[in-house]
Amino acid sequence: MEHIYIKDNTHCELVKTRPSRIRFLLDYSKSLNIIEHHGVTFESNLN
Amino acid sequence: MELQIDDAILVRDYMKGDERALELLINKHNQRLSSFIYSKVKDREATEDIFQDTFMKVIRTLKRGAYNEEGKFLSWVMRIAHNLIIDHFRRNKRMPKFQSNGDFNIFGVISDDELNVECQLIKDQIDCDLGQLIEELPEDQKKVLLMRIYKNMSFKEIAENTGVSINTALGRMRYALINIRKVIEKHDIVLTN
Repeated sequence: MEHIYIKDNTHCELVKTRPSRIRFLLDYSKSLNIIEHHGVTFESNLN
Repeated sequence: MELQIDDAILVRDYMKGDERALELLINKHNQRLSSFIYSKVKDREATEDIFQDTFMKVIRTLKRGAYNEEGKFLSWVMRIAHNLIIDHFRRNKRMPKFQSNGDFNIFGVISDDELNVECQLIKDQIDCDLGQLIEELPEDQKKVLLMRIYKNMSFKEIAENTGVSINTALGRMRYALINIRKVIEKHDIVLTN
């Protein structure tokens, strides 16, 4: 007899962001330099 | 077994310049945040874009020292992601537009009362913000407002339930609304869809 497969919609699909994106974020963090001078904030990315 | 370090400690270490703490924070919340975003946008690429933008905002805020640690790191990050999801839907209004050139318009007959995903997200956010504002009200005003708006009770019923006169109940409702408006104006809160 044919099986009936029921799709369970009660559980959300678990996904993860790929390591390459995380690598990008970590590199972004390392390169980001924020300086505050006389109340003005300067952002720069050092390569 | 992986050791779970408290978010507050990781945030503090990162703000002191420890880049490894950021890696731990991202990896710790990767699945939860990605799944949250994916449950809304249903697209893997868009999920990763929003995840990336969320943490870029987190990184900038932490590096500026503008984050105030109150033990709510994850809810703060989720809130940023939630706002970026709304932006995503605003940018991608992919609903095809129907141009009618005849007398008969099918959309005049078929209607959908349900909110679309974007409107639903905004509505959820507004409901959540409003709930927090109501929580700030004095107890007597809060009680009247909740009975009137959420339980749809008449002022006569509210008066009977709270043991005050109808005029007092009306007055409390009035002050509740005035106080909420004051807070909204003071903090520039936008509560429109």
